[in-house]
Amino acid sequence: MDRLIHVLARAGVRRNEWRVSPGLYRLGAPGPNSPVFVSANYKLSFDALREALEGVDCYILVLDTKGINVWCAAGKGSFSTDELVYRIERTGLADVVEHRRLIVPQLAATGVAGYEVRERSGFRVTYGPVRASDIKEFLESGKTSDKMRLVRFDLKDRAVLIPVEAKSALPIALGASTLAYLAGDPIAAAGITAASVSGFAGVPALLPWLPGEDFSIKGFFLGGGVALAASIAALRDDGASLPIRLVRAASYALLLPPIAAFASLNFTGCSTYTSPTGVRKEIDRYVRLMAGMAASGLIMNVAQRIARAAKG
Amino acid sequence: MPYCKENTLEYDPELCNSCGVCATVCPHGVFKADKGKARLVMPSECMECGACAMNCATGAIKVDSDVGCAAAMMKAALLGRSATTCCD
Repeated sequence: MDRLIHVLARAGVRRNEWRVSPGLYRLGAPGPNSPVFVSANYKLSFDALREALEGVDCYILVLDTKGINVWCAAGKGSFSTDELVYRIERTGLADVVEHRRLIVPQLAATGVAGYEVRERSGFRVTYGPVRASDIKEFLESGKTSDKMRLVRFDLKDRAVLIPVEAKSALPIALGASTLAYLAGDPIAAAGITAASVSGFAGVPALLPWLPGEDFSIKGFFLGGGVALAASIAALRDDGASLPIRLVRAASYALLLPPIAAFASLNFTGCSTYTSPTGVRKEIDRYVRLMAGMAASGLIMNVAQRIARAAKG
Repeated sequence: MPYCKENTLEYDPELCNSCGVCATVCPHGVFKADKGKARLVMPSECMECGACAMNCATGAIKVDSDVGCAAAMMKAALLGRSATTCCD
């Protein structure tokens, strides 16, 4: 059941219900010298920490990050120095524990300034590992290893993001496909949704194996595959003249790849390694091309339809 | 996985107090701080998350950090604003 809840939570279904109340939580039977872990109030973050800490007597200080995970909350400023200092005061943590040490998830460091927390609250911030699963090892050795500090972007990390992408991209793709279908173009209908899926699901799944460093290129590549299939389908003898069928095939070759590339470009926001500078460059480099290709494809498609109607 | 080699990361070793926090918080191993002043060992891996600059007490590190959200950036470009917010 918890697993199902996690899947729904990731997809953003009833997002507000995945919040944990901010405050100080006890795990096991903690005493005045037990460690204090800081967490976001997103249920998935909190659960991951709680599971990793099974059997450890400790406190968990849950901040109000508006139900957002650690890294995103830190990047957007709700997992912040101010919130941490406020929550330390609000919970009276200084009277609960005798030590002055907080274990903060490393990925919170984009929003928390450790030295400032110390100046303002007296608590010293120790950054724990990126993944909650490394916490026991971290507690044993007292520090993070190089390996614990590096974020990865494994297939599993990428796969869980696909529903999130689907939620925003799929309704648009299905809407456009429905329009194409109603307009009497089932190849375009299938192609548009297939191209979109190849961009928001195919690219994340196959990321390391697709050509190019730019996400747009990876998307163009998969979208090109979809376009090839659509173009071949368009060339079959349906009674129209060869030039008309060629124009139709070309219209798919122009329309479909940019749909995948655009969906893929949007996935940079979910990745754990793309820089805003790089994403900005991709936007400058490819978005006009994508728009131009899609517009020309659409015009060619309408043109071949008019030609067919005129002949018929 | 390689990505755009350029970024806005700037590091001034003169200001470094050898605390090592930059190496601790970087998710891509851009800094190394085993002994003495921190060293920039893999500058091209930087994703501009800003964790190092945020935690550097002496201001030795500067980086234009921002959420790398393409949709927010495109929207900002169209509306002539800066991209500071992201999808929730």
